[in-house]
Amino acid sequence: MNILVVLESNNGALHRLSREALVGAQELGDSIFALIIGNENEEILSELAGYELEKVITVKHHLLSSYSADGYSEVVRQVFISFSPDLIVIGHTYQTRDFIPRVSAKLDIPFIPDVISISDKGFIKQVLNAKLNATISNLDNAAIISFQSAAFNEEQLKLGSCSNESFDVSLVDSDIKSISEEPFQEEEGDVDLESAEVLVSVGRGIEKEENVTLAFELAKVINAEVSASRPVVDSGWVDSFRQVGSSGSNVAPKLYFSLGISGAIQHVVGMKGAKNIMAINKDADAPIFEISDYAVIGDVLEIVPKLIESLEQSK
Amino acid sequence: MKIAVLIKQVPGSESALPIDSEGYWVDESSVTFVMNPPDNYALEEALLIKESNDDVEVVIVSMGPLRVQKVIREALAKGADRGIHILEQDITEKDPLVIAKRLSNAIKSEEFDLVLTGLQSDDTGMGQTGVLIGEILKMSTATLAVETIIQEDHIRIKRELESGWFQWVQLSLPASISIQSGLNTPRYPSLKGIMGAKKKEIHSLSATELSKEETLQKVNNVFVPQTNKQTEIIKGDIDQIVSRIIEILRTDIKVI
Ligand SMILES: Cc1cc2nc3c(=O)[nH]c(=O)nc-3n(C[C@H](O)[C@H](O)[C@H](O)COP(=O)(O)OP(=O)(O)OC[C@H]3O[C@@H](n4cnc5c(N)ncnc54)[C@H](O)[C@@H]3O)c2cc1C
Repeated sequence: MNILVVLESNNGALHRLSREALVGAQELGDSIFALIIGNENEEILSELAGYELEKVITVKHHLLSSYSADGYSEVVRQVFISFSPDLIVIGHTYQTRDFIPRVSAKLDIPFIPDVISISDKGFIKQVLNAKLNATISNLDNAAIISFQSAAFNEEQLKLGSCSNESFDVSLVDSDIKSISEEPFQEEEGDVDLESAEVLVSVGRGIEKEENVTLAFELAKVINAEVSASRPVVDSGWVDSFRQVGSSGSNVAPKLYFSLGISGAIQHVVGMKGAKNIMAINKDADAPIFEISDYAVIGDVLEIVPKLIESLEQSK
Repeated sequence: MKIAVLIKQVPGSESALPIDSEGYWVDESSVTFVMNPPDNYALEEALLIKESNDDVEVVIVSMGPLRVQKVIREALAKGADRGIHILEQDITEKDPLVIAKRLSNAIKSEEFDLVLTGLQSDDTGMGQTGVLIGEILKMSTATLAVETIIQEDHIRIKRELESGWFQWVQLSLPASISIQSGLNTPRYPSLKGIMGAKKKEIHSLSATELSKEETLQKVNNVFVPQTNKQTEIIKGDIDQIVSRIIEILRTDIKVI
């Protein structure tokens, strides 16, 4: 099987999910073509030179000096037509969400996103808020598969060598209908979640803004920092620099103590590296329990006040 | 300006999700349905645009069985102007490209300036319908918008990137934009809105009359995820739970 892996540059370095996608492709196919788009990819090219790939395809063009969905989707379309791979494989990044559906519609091939693993029946992805998994397959046609973070281990990338080929893309100014400005970063907090040894993390299960103080009180008695899931941040109950997950921080504390968090994949990717995970959730089927070392099935609003009280007494 | 908001009806986060007898999907007869929460943010964004600009019409588009008219009504009660219901009896059709082609056929003649969607649905989570429609109808596209500013013939979007980064992009209209959750606070319908919604128009179309598209991907089965992690389950009365937690913190993990 021939596979085209579309790579992503993360400020000039290869995106971690691109490396994982390469591992997935090496597992699925025998002839791997890796496509890297953009004008400043020297660092990525020298990294790729050490991997077992059929070929690295580079595409440069003055209209590709910054990312656009218009430009990138057109490049992938042209490369696909020229190389006719059986599959396109890519990491499930924000950029992938942004332009890969365009490639799917242009080429009339299906896009199976956010795949966590492969079975003999097809590609497995989470559905229904991670409560169930679904097996999805493409029917007798080429397809685009994107892999969720950690679907494959980047350390298993097979080393070897490969050749480079530059591909001449045809793009005109009118193809690009958007103007992208420079990326920027917002508020940086005074809390360093990434180096915290213990995190007490609040989710929507805390129910109300005033209950969030419970998390801070618990954190105080066990000498922890407070982090949160996205909906809690979105509701304005805690500052955004406390958010853990794919759009927040990646944390790996000694203990991650989760209070009323369901365990959606976008949250889990940011905390599953914790050495110990303890979760309180009133729903015994909550996906967070699948990755927990300690599963407390119960109501946070009953347990946490009692826990704080006992901890204070036993000091 | 004409804005379409695409809204899906999905199982609620608290709903029972029993797998059906063929193992193909959940048994919908025991499911409670709600408006897809991410779409609620797209709806709110459309209503905010309507309130701060002249002559904006907000049209709700939803595809599915008869039950989806409930979410259309809910959106009309919040202030949308009219609805289009694309009647799709075949709930097994889950191929996003087929769905996007049908939706595109249904809305093409409306010539919307803006198509807004949530960033993904809470059921299949394919996260691509809005962008597919954008490509099919030759619109510009952007995803994960956390702020929108309408300016004459274009729209400025603040896009969320990974790890706390953002970027402004300027798109020519017409555009199809997927909205990131949390950028606004979705309103509740007022009593007056609920009464008024009854009089608003919902136009019905049949999906299969729109197009007979070939399915390119399908869901074969669903199953409960298995875990191979050793998990200690802590239950009992509250005092037992609390003392076991403290013991773990003290002697197993040694953080206190
Ligand atoms: C592109 C993208 C990026 C995202 N980025 C992130 C991210 O960086 N971080 C993130 O967290 N999410 C992110 N999300 C959102 C993610 O998909 C989930 O929606 C979110 O993590 C859910 O947060 P939650 O667990 O707090 O809430 P919910 O999913 O609503 O879960 C609440 C949980 O609390 C439990 N509960 C309720 N009441 C109680 C009680 N009294 N006692 C005990 N338990 C109770 C419920 O059983 C439930 O399991 C992202 C989503 C997308 C699509």
